[in-house]
Parts: sequence; C-alpha cells; structure tokens
Amino acid sequence: MTRKLLLENDHIEGIRTYDVYRKNGGYRSVEKALKTMSPDEVVEEVKKSGLRGRGGAGFPTGMKWSFLAKPDGVPRHLLCNADESEPGTFKDRYLMERIPHLLIEGMIVSSFALGANQSYIYIRGEYMYVLQILEKAIQEAYANGWLGKNILGSGYDLDLSVAPGAGAYICGEETALIESLEGERGNPRMKPPFPAVKGLWQRPTVVNNVETIAAVVPIINDGGDEYAKIGVGRSTGTKLISASGNINKPGVYEIELGVSVEDFLYSDQYCGGIKNGKKLKACVPGGSSVPVLPHFLVCKTATGTDRLMTYESLAEGGFETGSMLGSGGFIVYDEDQCMVKNTWNFARFYHHESCGQCSPCREGTGWMKKVLHNLELGKGKVEDIDLLWDIQSKIEGNTICPLGDAAAWPVAAAIRHFREEFEWHVNEPVLSQTRNFGLVSEKSFITQTV
Amino acid sequence: MEELKPNIQFPQELLDEVQRSVNMFPEGKQKSALLRVLHLAQAHWGYLSSDVMDYVARLLHIQPIEVYEVATFYSMYDTTPVGKVKLEVCRTGPCMIEGAEKIISYIEKQLGIKEGETTPDGLFTLKAVECLGACGYAPMLQAGEQYHEHLTEEKVDELIAMYRQKPLANYMGLKHD
Repeated sequence: MTRKLLLENDHIEGIRTYDVYRKNGGYRSVEKALKTMSPDEVVEEVKKSGLRGRGGAGFPTGMKWSFLAKPDGVPRHLLCNADESEPGTFKDRYLMERIPHLLIEGMIVSSFALGANQSYIYIRGEYMYVLQILEKAIQEAYANGWLGKNILGSGYDLDLSVAPGAGAYICGEETALIESLEGERGNPRMKPPFPAVKGLWQRPTVVNNVETIAAVVPIINDGGDEYAKIGVGRSTGTKLISASGNINKPGVYEIELGVSVEDFLYSDQYCGGIKNGKKLKACVPGGSSVPVLPHFLVCKTATGTDRLMTYESLAEGGFETGSMLGSGGFIVYDEDQCMVKNTWNFARFYHHESCGQCSPCREGTGWMKKVLHNLELGKGKVEDIDLLWDIQSKIEGNTICPLGDAAAWPVAAAIRHFREEFEWHVNEPVLSQTRNFGLVSEKSFITQTV
Repeated sequence: MEELKPNIQFPQELLDEVQRSVNMFPEGKQKSALLRVLHLAQAHWGYLSSDVMDYVARLLHIQPIEVYEVATFYSMYDTTPVGKVKLEVCRTGPCMIEGAEKIISYIEKQLGIKEGETTPDGLFTLKAVECLGACGYAPMLQAGEQYHEHLTEEKVDELIAMYRQKPLANYMGLKHD
C-alpha cells in the first residue's frame, strides 16, 4: 500500500475546516517545532529529508534555505509560490482547496525555520475562489493562536497573508513573482543577486512551491530520516502528480517516488490506462515545458530498463532519450493526437506568456508559433523543420529567466522524436488535414540529433 | 490634487477591503496591494477605464502610469468594456486534446459571436485563455471565479441559460449585477 503524507486525510469530510483538521492531527508539527526545536534544527531535518523543490526545478529545499542571508536588523520573508500555471499541472490547487490548513501549517514551521515574521502566499488570480478558502483558513488559524504574536508562548511572531496574481504564467518564476508581489509587471530580474540575498523589497527571501511547503509538515512530524526512507536514491518522499490527457482516470495522485511509470500509467490505482482502448502515442511527464517522450521511451529508458517516477529515471538519457519529472504534470497522448498540433499549441502558450524583456524569447516564441501553425495546416516546407530547430537552439540559454528554455525544449523534443510526423505534414498537406499520423517508428530518434 | 469624478468612488465596504489589503504589507509598501485593488475595481466597475485606474493610483499614492503598466501586463484585467459574464475557455494542451476547440465553436454558434467578442446585449464575452489549472477535468471554462469542468454541449447550453437568467458571475467574492 502506498504511503500518503500530504493527501492522507483529503477524503475526510470537513477537513477544510480548522476543527476537523486539528482533530486529525493538524498543527502538531508547529507544536513540535516551536516548543522543542530551534530554527536551525528544523532546517537540519529538512536537509536530512532530501526534500527537493516540487515546483519543477527540483532543487534541494534544505540547501536553498541554508543560502538565506541573515544580516542583522533586516527582515526576511518566506513566499509560497501558488502561481501554478504550468500546463498539465493542477496539484497545488487540489491541495489548497481540499486541505488549506496543511499549507498554512507548513508556512508556519518553514517561516519559523527561516526567521521570517511576515510571509505571503502568492496565488494565481484565476484561483480566486481558492484564495477565499485560504483566507478563511488563515482567519481560523489566527483565531486559534497559530498565527500572530507570540505563537504558543514561544516568543515567535508570524503574520501570513495571501496575495493574488492576475493572469501571468511568468509570475511562477521566483523573481517575477517577487516583482508582482511588489505591485509591478512580472518581469524576471537578473540573477545575481539571488532572492536569498535580495528578494522582496530587496530583503533576503525564500520562494517555495505549495507542495514543498506542505511536505515540511510530515518531515517535522516524523523526522527527516523517516521521510528519506521513502523513495529511490536522491528522489525521496512522496510527490503529487497531476494526470491528464487520454487516460481513464485523470486527477491528482500522491505517489511514492520510485513507482514505475508503467504502473502509474496503467494500474487502476492511478491513471487506469489509455482511454477507449487506444494505444499510447506520447507522454509529457512533468508539465508542458519538459521534453515529450515517444511511446517507446515512456515506460522504458533507451537502455531497456524500467522507467521510474523519479527525478533521475525520468531524466535518464538526457534530452536525447529522457525528459524530466518537472512539476509532475503528467500529460498522456493517444494514437489519435497530432504532435505537430500539440507543439504548435504549446508554442502559442509560451508566446502568449513571454514577458517580452529578452528578444530571443519575445521574438523566437512568436516565430516558432507561426512556423508550427503553417506546418500544422499543411502549408509548411521541409526547411521549416530545420528552421524551428535553429530558432529553439538560439532561445535556449539566452534569456534572463527559464521561460526561454521552457519554450524551446518542447519544440526540440517534438522534432527530435517526431520528425517523421512533421515531414509527413509537409509531404501530405491534404491527407494530414483529415487524419492523424499515428505512432512514430522506434528508430526515428537515433538519427535526429543535430 | 484634481477633483475626483463623483461616480468614481468605491463604496465604504470596498474602501475597507482596500485598507485591509494595504495593511497586509509594511508601511510604505502599499503598492504591493495594487493587483488586489485592481481586481476589486474590475469586480466593481466591470472593467478598468482610465478614470478607474487614475482613482486606484490616488488610493495607493502612486503614479497613474504605475497602474497602467500593471493593468496592461496581466491577462485578467480588461481595460475596455466586456460583457457581464466572461466565458473564458481554456485552450491549452490537455484541454485542446479533450475538445476545447469544439466547445469554443459551439459557444460561438450559440451566442452568435466570435471568440474575443461580446454579445450585443452586453451579457456575454467569449475568450479563449491559456491553462487554468484544470487539466484533469477538461474541457473547462471559467466564469467569474467559478470553474465549470467536464464540459459538453449540453452543459454549455445549461450554463448559458443559467447566466442569461441571472447574469451574476462572482468575482473577488463580490456579487455584482
């Protein structure tokens, strides 16, 4: 039986309210941390747990926390990144909507560890109804003495507020999030200085994803070592996976890291297999920006070993034959889906969401969108495919923030693995408008390294 | 300071909400409340006219340009009039493969408008938007702050009928009609 650490109680009626949450063991980690631990001991437990950022980058959380500058007399801040906008990802919404107090509890313990007295949850504006759920839960937490002055008589003070975004994917990038929280356009900042040194209002700041902060609760309750026992290698603990696309059971699942992709995709406990008995064509395992995998590289790596739901196994083979765990946005495509169309759709998304500061991203994403749309409509040339490869390679690594990479990778991976489908669109301009290409042949990726 | 237009003034209840938003931030950092105050203004007036933006600038003691540049950056803000109910259909990745395009065409047909347009009676605006974080429940649309998921043509008919009868799309917890 799979252990659940975050969604263990999500089925309990009324778990959204303080009383029910508390009755089911809620806020124990705050009692433990504030009454029996020093802030550094909390950081130490998180380091021991091996917890890695759940927003997409997978950076070790304890290490991120230890980078926080602590100059005398300068306030520090913890910001929760609830700007969940990566296509394919809807786990944070689920967690906040179902168990808002889990996030608040994690915010208290994490803020205590970092010595932050004023923390914020920055939530995407479209989740306005979730913002109201969070604000209600925060009110309850204040009323019961978990927030405010001198929490549990420990001498520790914390104020927590929620701030809405207003529709901008880029604000999920931590420096853009900080700009937005300062009431500015969401233009990412140059790094260095890193937020850990100069973040919100030029003060030392840590930005963590919703799920990362929630995971601090079981880590403190059970100990970092206990958390680290779950998982494989450097992929410890549990992870929320948002499953969508052509599967029988889309939804949010908490998995122990290390479950096989095959099990996740086909077992009834999780996705329940491909819908309508169709064949698997492709899978984007970690949100729209990670490389798409063709059917034969989803459950197995290029060397024939079982692919696991871990940071390492999903990345095995690099971008040639692997992908990334990313945010855990697991999108499944059946044999009837068109990869050219899907790549165009994602390119349009990134063009829409580019903040416009860096020319490779601002111009390149729009260019890719137009070229892909032509190919999709059967109006493309074979040279367009090479042109796309050229554009994406000139965006990647040449922008202030990772949105450029996020826009480039899906295009690169689609060409790498599905080039024959792109060529078919060029060579069969009429037929490609009435039916789909089907599965690509297993060999195609080997020849497609530029 | 130039005189305020009498019709551009939040009711007391919303002025209190503005104050609550400003109080979430340290003294002198009231600009951090801008995004929330713009949401409130849009919920109250329907869209952000330049008069409304100027008013928000005065409320927060910042320059009007600081409000304009923010209002034009974020996709949720409308700086031109829109319908009472905005139907925002997600068109990204997972929603696309689950039939978002068909839903958009169907709404276009039912309302007699194109994507991006508003019905002549000012009731509905149809917008195609990017990922709303409901990929597992696709296709979907958002109206006000309400998510409507697992859409079918029948469900769209019901929604249109419901909003036609009662054009209230909650936003920022405010019911405006």
